Amino acid sequence: MNPRASAAANGSDDVIAAHGLRFAYPGDGFRLRVETLRIPVGAHAACIGPSGCGKTTLINLLTGIVAPDAGRIELCGQAITDLSEDARRALRIRRVGLVFQEFELLDYLTAYENILLPYYVAADMPADGAARERARSIATAMGVASTLRRRPGRLSQGERQRIAVCRALVTQPDLIVCDEPTGNLDPASTARTLDLLFEQAAAHDATLLVVTHNHALLDRFDRVIDMSAPEGAS
Amino acid sequence: MKRGIWRLSLRRVRAQPLQTGILALCIAVSIFLPVETRLLVARYERELTARARATPMLAGPAGNRFDLALTSLYFRASTLATYRMDAFEALASTDLATVIPLRLGCAARGHALVGTDPEYYRFRGLVPRAGTLPLRPGDIVLGAAVADALDLAPGDTVFSDQRELYDIAQPPALKMRVTGVLARRGTPDDDAIFTDLMTTWIIDGLAHGHGDVTKSIDPALVLARSDDRIAVSGAFIEYNEVTPDTLTSLHLHVDHADLPLSAAIVVPRDAKAGTMLKARVNAQALEQMIVPTDVIADLLAYVFRVQAMLDGLSAVLAACTLLLTGLVMLLSTRLRAREMQTLHRIGAGRFTVARLYATELLIILVASLVLAGTGILVAQTVLPNLVFMLAE
Repeated sequence: MNPRASAAANGSDDVIAAHGLRFAYPGDGFRLRVETLRIPVGAHAACIGPSGCGKTTLINLLTGIVAPDAGRIELCGQAITDLSEDARRALRIRRVGLVFQEFELLDYLTAYENILLPYYVAADMPADGAARERARSIATAMGVASTLRRRPGRLSQGERQRIAVCRALVTQPDLIVCDEPTGNLDPASTARTLDLLFEQAAAHDATLLVVTHNHALLDRFDRVIDMSAPEGAS
Repeated sequence: MKRGIWRLSLRRVRAQPLQTGILALCIAVSIFLPVETRLLVARYERELTARARATPMLAGPAGNRFDLALTSLYFRASTLATYRMDAFEALASTDLATVIPLRLGCAARGHALVGTDPEYYRFRGLVPRAGTLPLRPGDIVLGAAVADALDLAPGDTVFSDQRELYDIAQPPALKMRVTGVLARRGTPDDDAIFTDLMTTWIIDGLAHGHGDVTKSIDPALVLARSDDRIAVSGAFIEYNEVTPDTLTSLHLHVDHADLPLSAAIVVPRDAKAGTMLKARVNAQALEQMIVPTDVIADLLAYVFRVQAMLDGLSAVLAACTLLLTGLVMLLSTRLRAREMQTLHRIGAGRFTVARLYATELLIILVASLVLAGTGILVAQTVLPNLVFMLAE
């Protein structure tokens, strides 16, 4: 479903809407508080803040990887705080594409199989012909079609990153979440990676949420979530 | 189960060939050993009892009944005490049974050479597939396996094995003529050579004939000769042979009653006759009569005890393998924690990880079963007839 249509169908123009979030790790002094957070459909949002301020925790909360202690989160129009763990997983694998800082490709799969990984592990998403064709066409668009038979160990850093982005896009998600995708890259590669993400988000009509600690990149985003603010994200 | 899980598991298993191979091998061994042991014991039991059942009773010298049974039934290479001809004839004269003599202990080209009489061939159902049964002393008929192994056929000759190479008092080897090859029976008879009793006595040095050596020795090897002596070259190889010349003068150098046998197959007329004969013979101090099935049953009781011990060891091995597999899987979960975290974060189902491990284990188990099955098939095919091994 088109994300705009999906969100509108639920009476919302936001891909993510969070209110009164409270979260703490058991036995840890860390506390996360978010009063209000909204990311509209189609936005390019950055989440910024110093190390340890809770950027990754916020991403985990917003995508339903962990449940908050209190508060309400809506993802793609669904209140994930009211959903079971299984329902949150099912929603995440269908509607959210994740790109991790270390890419997290499985070294025993080929690049092609890594792209199709969400289909292999989802309960009711077979890796059918359409999915396979989409994987190939995204890889072609990302310029990594020639690497599809190779394993991650034989790919360059840039190729691995592109494969990770392909994996995030293959399910045609409404939201692409990237956890410090440029953390290990030089400025030129960082710029190329962001170009790629913006292009692909636009091409797939997806909302983009990028976690970064690089303030120099913020001009490129239309929304910034500042985790260093005293009251948490807003 | 989803094909994707199969694909992931297969890829994972293939990417770790050493770990997978070791695990599969350990599991395969723990399956192979008890199964193969049971199959071997069952086969051993089947073959042993089949031969024993085909032999109603055995008479022989007093001593170890297992030796008597194994040597007489399977031609095992052990030295039985002498069973005297007079004891044999006393038994045969009762008319209570058919008694078939056996003279064992000789060998040719490493195969047991069995001296017996024509009744043995009738009793065991042995018929030549080529040639004839032995016609005169010095003739032999080969078991099918011997003929195949030595590539011999009727008309060829075979020397008896020397019992003692450096004792010049021992008679020389006997050159024997192959008159026939027996049809294969799948019994220890296939792996033996048969001749008449006189031939074994010639090999024992108890009988011989006299011939003209000047006719049989290559003239080139004769260094000097006089009326009653001949000197031959060191290249001359001494052996005996039953020829038409020596056959006519063949004679024994021992009293008939003292002629040595090893045992006798006793086929009693009926159960009563068998009981009477057994009681009569076993009352003697120097002879014994046994029922092979009883002896083999006692022998198998030992085998089953060993099997029970092996079963226990197999259980320990299986437990160790189980622990090893568990440990490997546990270590694997720790090493793969990051991979599993990735699957969780992208939204894999809660039981996906468990399914992945279960499928990997299943693949390894299937590989182990294939390995174990192949091993069992190969072992069953390659392992020789166990009863034949008793002859060694």
